[in-house]
Amino acid sequence: MRYAMAVDTKKCVGCNDCVVACQTENDVPIGHCRDWIVEVTTGTYPDLQLEIRSERCNHCANAPCVRTCPTEASHYAAGGIVLVEESECIGCKACITSCPYDARFVHPEGYIDKCTFCAHRVEKGQNPACVSVCPTHAMIFGDLDDPNSDISKAMATRKWKSLIPEAGTDPKVFYLL
Amino acid sequence: MKPIMNRREFIKIASVGAGSLAFATPLFDFSKGEILAPDVHPGMYSKRTPTYCEICFWKCAGWVHTNDKGKIWKITGNDDDPHSNGRLCPRGTGGVGMYSDEDRLKTPLIRTGERGKQVFREASWDEAFTLIADGLKKIAEEHGPECVALFTHGSGGKYFGDLLKAYGSKNIAAPSYAQCRGPREVGFIATFGEGVQSPERVDIRDTRCLVLIGSHFGENMHNGPVQEIAQATEKGASIITVDPRFSTVASKSKFWLPIKPATDMALLLAWMHVIINEDLYDKKYVEKYTYGFEDLKAHVAQMTPEWAYGFTTIKPEVIRETAREMANASPRVIIHPGRHVTWYGDDSQRLRAVAMLNAILGSWGRRGGFFYPAKVPLKSFPHPAFPKPARSWKDAFPGKYKLAGLALASGICDATVPTTERDCSFKAWIINGTNLIHTLPDQANTLKAIDALDLMVVVDTMPMEITGYADVILPECTYLERYDNIRVGPHREPTIALRMPAADPKYNTKPAWWMAKGIADKMGLGHYFPWKDIEEKLDWELKQVGTSLTEMKRLGVKKYQRETDDYLYPMENLDDFEFYTNTGKIELFSTAMEDEGYDPLPKYTAHEEPPYGYYRLIYGRAPMHTFSRTANNPLLTDLMDENSVWVNPKIAKEWDLKNDQYVWLENQDGIVSKTPIKVRITERIRFDSVYMVHGFGHTSNKLTRAHGRGASDADLITRVHIDPVMGGTGMRGNFITFRFEAGKEVAS
Repeated sequence: MRYAMAVDTKKCVGCNDCVVACQTENDVPIGHCRDWIVEVTTGTYPDLQLEIRSERCNHCANAPCVRTCPTEASHYAAGGIVLVEESECIGCKACITSCPYDARFVHPEGYIDKCTFCAHRVEKGQNPACVSVCPTHAMIFGDLDDPNSDISKAMATRKWKSLIPEAGTDPKVFYLL
Repeated sequence: MKPIMNRREFIKIASVGAGSLAFATPLFDFSKGEILAPDVHPGMYSKRTPTYCEICFWKCAGWVHTNDKGKIWKITGNDDDPHSNGRLCPRGTGGVGMYSDEDRLKTPLIRTGERGKQVFREASWDEAFTLIADGLKKIAEEHGPECVALFTHGSGGKYFGDLLKAYGSKNIAAPSYAQCRGPREVGFIATFGEGVQSPERVDIRDTRCLVLIGSHFGENMHNGPVQEIAQATEKGASIITVDPRFSTVASKSKFWLPIKPATDMALLLAWMHVIINEDLYDKKYVEKYTYGFEDLKAHVAQMTPEWAYGFTTIKPEVIRETAREMANASPRVIIHPGRHVTWYGDDSQRLRAVAMLNAILGSWGRRGGFFYPAKVPLKSFPHPAFPKPARSWKDAFPGKYKLAGLALASGICDATVPTTERDCSFKAWIINGTNLIHTLPDQANTLKAIDALDLMVVVDTMPMEITGYADVILPECTYLERYDNIRVGPHREPTIALRMPAADPKYNTKPAWWMAKGIADKMGLGHYFPWKDIEEKLDWELKQVGTSLTEMKRLGVKKYQRETDDYLYPMENLDDFEFYTNTGKIELFSTAMEDEGYDPLPKYTAHEEPPYGYYRLIYGRAPMHTFSRTANNPLLTDLMDENSVWVNPKIAKEWDLKNDQYVWLENQDGIVSKTPIKVRITERIRFDSVYMVHGFGHTSNKLTRAHGRGASDADLITRVHIDPVMGGTGMRGNFITFRFEAGKEVAS
């Protein structure tokens, strides 16, 4: 079981529904977010391209945050989801410094917080909140080890990329091109 | 089967399409109706109650989830709803913030200071109602009840509308007509005898080619169409986007036509020229169903792509190629009518051209084009007939705006300003859920009108700018805390949807139905509201269509079947099909326009160019905000808390502008924005225009998050180009330049 997410950059309109759905689902404090939108424009008027991406923790298989965490609060959970155990987190921020994706923040209650792939939903067979609301169905979540999962099929038939592959973290969020 | 249609009068508002509905087997699945949702957060259980969204006019149905402490947790879409298909947009998902906003209006308020200074004292509901009832009675005696108008945008308007009609006035205006989609309805009614309606009757899901002119879906987050665009493009549909700005949807289009603003009519006429001259039109359809094709052919004979290039800056071969793209997809093609189409004052004519282009491509009434919507014929709870008013707002404008089908918000505002010509200026306004300061163009005129009022009542959930001018403020509870009328949206499949309270109203706020009924009681008009409470009203209405309040609480949305097998009429088989026009045909040559003294075929008119050093002000939407009403919503403000002004790098260089620097904007009439705005230097905008998102620059300091954030385009729209056909307010004829210090009129 290897959980992963694919974001279809052809379909994503950058509406931020994923962001606000995450906030209400997980009660993320106002002023913070576990996911966000990036827009990249290239070219000069009128020869332009625009890529829009919904970004979040990449749930890396070789996660620097897990390696650097002194208390083992950052850990791999079932299916390779990277989680932070609040009660064991001492707020030292080593994980924040080591994450190449800038995916973590300090929760006002003192511990480090980030995307959980909505593990509480996934364990019940549901999609993460962001995936479940996306109006254009631009996000796919599933098991890479299952060749029949929607994500495996999409990865097999579409061109894709991951972010900062040179960091060698083996990220589990992919962008369909 | 053949639907039988009669010719009807030209203006037919809110036409429901043909055919009645059969209440056959409902399509819902009982198993989905569990009150306890399967979706349970660890350590919580969740209850869900049905709602439909009030953040925008799309009215998506959904579920409000509350936790074990009765606290509203989240809102999700209802799978059975054709408006949302189970997925809300960011505005709808963020609707929770409307409920939790601590800046909300909390109790009735009565003004004690000068109008506009926001000085009020708290009052009881009874005291507020008495003041309103006495004021309205006095106006009726002295001037007649026709001198009272209602401005409304939102579900509560229905009840205040009934109150006004019971009182004796039918002056009920929504800015969504004269400030938004009115020209489109008039242009399409003139052509097809029917309007586009809301939700739009466009079959994007099955289209092969979608043409967007100044519409930026995705940024303008109309939930249904955005979902369908993604579905259609996945199946290989192409998009042609015409926009001076490289919008999100432009970036996903096969063709982006970076048109010079204000020249769209030339492009539309040239497209028709190509389609007719290259024999690309739907000959069978045109011959059978249209009137005036030869007139159109002669009219556009000289309007070649080369002719249009001179105005539009779109290369002739691109105009030809895109025309062929549409024709290849025909009849599964949609030249989208758009929504906010009040641009340059010739908007009814431009939308006529859009309708005509669709007509020659045969897309009206065809799969992948425009469908015939159906809706459930829900009856209102019986009440005595309303009195017939002696006058209407139209009497203030003799010989003008002859094809206006609904009351003009801007017209009522104009007719409120006292003049020697009018015997009845408006004396009172009731304003429900529309912040007229940001909604109507020409704020100075709005303020002049407000000054002339004897009574102004504002019903809102938030202390918007407009509430500062009220004599009485009635705090409405949010849509998550109230019942409202049943949603009846015309669509492919007819549905109804229920909104019920998910929590008790916070503070001392109340639903609109309760307010309207209470005021009616005070005025001796209670017999027009002959139900005990809204649950009794809704249950009676629902029972007439084979359901009940109890069942709807469980289902949220109920689907009904259409009478016809196919939801789109198979038009090719209809010999005697008549359209609701004078000729019974799709009018390429409009007899109704000609009868009223307007051009029967649309002409290209050149519009004013920006003066040297000025840029055309183009405004639009962001996906997470609706109008100016969401700018203080804690969740949505967290996503976007200010707007920026988009400037082409070449222009930024000329003015030495830096990214994220704050500037003020000054328009051609010397009006400076009340607040500064951040510069966004981007290639995505033409050099002759600037762009900003509407709805920011709030000056009400009671909006703690929105106050002073970003700038208001409404401040800068002082020049209005009125559509002579229907009175729409063209607002794209304003030009701005940059200033590096505040203007003299800084906000109070």
